Amino acid sequence: MSEAAILVEDLHKRFGDLAALDGVDFQVPHATVFGLLGPNGAGKTTAVRILSTILPADGGRAEVLGHDVRRDADAVRLSIGLAGQSAAVDPNLTGRENLRLIGLLAQLPRPVILPRASELLDRFDLTEAADRPLRTYSGGMRRRLDVAAALVPKPPVLFLDEPTTGLDLQSRNALWEMIRDLVADGTTVLLTTQYLEEADRLAERVAVIDGGHVIANDSPKALKAELGSTVIEMEFSDAERAERAESLLPKVPDAHPEREGSTVRISSEDGSRLLMEALRLLDTEDLAPAKLNVREPSLDDVFLALTGHRAEAAEVAAESDDAPQDGARSNRGAA
Amino acid sequence: MSATAVNAPTREVTRIPRSLNSRARDAFAIAQRNLIAYRRVPQLLIFSTIQPIVFVIMFRYVFGGAIGGYKGFAYVDYLMPGVFVQTVVFGSLATAIGLATDMKSGLIERFRSLPMARSAVLTGRTFADLARNVFVYVLMVVVGVIVGFRIHGVIGAFLFSVVLALGFGYAMSWIFATVGLAVGDPETAQAAAFPVLAPLVFASSAFVSTASMPGWLQVWANHQPVTATVNAVRDLCLGLPATGDVIAALAWMIGIVVIFVPISVRLYRRAV
Repeated sequence: MSEAAILVEDLHKRFGDLAALDGVDFQVPHATVFGLLGPNGAGKTTAVRILSTILPADGGRAEVLGHDVRRDADAVRLSIGLAGQSAAVDPNLTGRENLRLIGLLAQLPRPVILPRASELLDRFDLTEAADRPLRTYSGGMRRRLDVAAALVPKPPVLFLDEPTTGLDLQSRNALWEMIRDLVADGTTVLLTTQYLEEADRLAERVAVIDGGHVIANDSPKALKAELGSTVIEMEFSDAERAERAESLLPKVPDAHPEREGSTVRISSEDGSRLLMEALRLLDTEDLAPAKLNVREPSLDDVFLALTGHRAEAAEVAAESDDAPQDGARSNRGAA
Repeated sequence: MSATAVNAPTREVTRIPRSLNSRARDAFAIAQRNLIAYRRVPQLLIFSTIQPIVFVIMFRYVFGGAIGGYKGFAYVDYLMPGVFVQTVVFGSLATAIGLATDMKSGLIERFRSLPMARSAVLTGRTFADLARNVFVYVLMVVVGVIVGFRIHGVIGAFLFSVVLALGFGYAMSWIFATVGLAVGDPETAQAAAFPVLAPLVFASSAFVSTASMPGWLQVWANHQPVTATVNAVRDLCLGLPATGDVIAALAWMIGIVVIFVPISVRLYRRAV
């Protein structure tokens, strides 16, 4: 067995004219969480689909627990669980029936399947809904069942493709807790997400993908350090005032203002000092911002900093997630 | 959700199953899943049974008087074997819709990530649709008897006709598996199926004798699988000599399976 649980080397995949993966490399050590970050269409779902043997790559190497995903696909399939936007559940089956089906198809011995299903339904707080068809589930319940389905065969490697999109806060926290437990028990998790916060809480290491390339591969801490710990957004009443603020702010040590219309953004490791100095300086020129927003860096900020463009469409995808699964195919081509 | 450890990642199974037994087990699990859907969403079944019943009433009572008998048999005895075959052919459309729905929903993707037999999704689907056809077939025989249909041959020949018709429906399922996998969307599958179904079912001997059709249409109507199967089923129900028609029907059935099983399997392997 190789030292990495998941190994990806120079992976390529094209869909027509679009290079979804254009030479992607990363490695995931055993019993760790690896976060794959990027906007919709960045290639992270394509990477997950190749690693879970759903989709053949055009070139490069992809291995799970030392098994090549192409030549040794069955061995890979015996080692993985898949949940999230690449995998679906059957809306006409009950929660229990869905888990039983996955158990059967994962080649578990019959006697262990139903007890395992009951255990997972209990853990995911779905016991009451266990014998209702999934059509009657809320978006969050369906998400939870989807993750439970991935866990039925106790896979040593788990792919979670945006697992918390559409989950309420409580379910999300519970899922994070569970992921930590799984990793403590030795499971390796590859997590794709659009939220830096999620990767930050869970992942030892994060790769940011954009346009089919890995543009950063580091610990979340290091990634954020590049941006500072605080982002200060100042909105001015018009673009002219924002422009004046932009030219004024570099006087504050460490401030590298970025302007977008009437909004000026600065980020720093030392947020409160920066905020006070910036406001003091702006006050001398009577440039008080109309609106002020102080927050932690988001994936959007990481993107802006790393690529110079916004992670567009990210929010649209997050919002549409509670909708029924009808759209699943439409975001497959490029995602 | 509880915060205690969920599992240590040990896999109960390490062997990759390749036996016929495990393939059958996978196919059975898929078939069972598809049959549960028919039970939970009864409109799938109700629409496909109402439609042939409407045909029976329409042809038996509306057009029947104008069409007249056949070789000394009442028109209802001519009609019902045609309705039986038409029912299983239309029923095979469910294979296209079911597979297209699974592709669109992403369920096929999850199946592809599991260590299951590759063939199970297709065999499980077609066997579920065969089971469904058996149910609808029995219902249509009952409806037939109510409107005056009688078996004139020996019972064994009738039972053989049932097997023949269901076998033909199963073969047709593979044509529609190909359609469903090719289009990957249930609405499109339904729309794409009609231009295939209409000339097969209506330009055939199912409802009227092909002799009444114009010459150019007879060329088609007399040399296509639905006519061959309807003729064989009809001969067996009416107690007429059937050997030639049965051989033609079997030849079509085998031909369809030999061509469309590999095409569907290929499409499934490529489908993502």
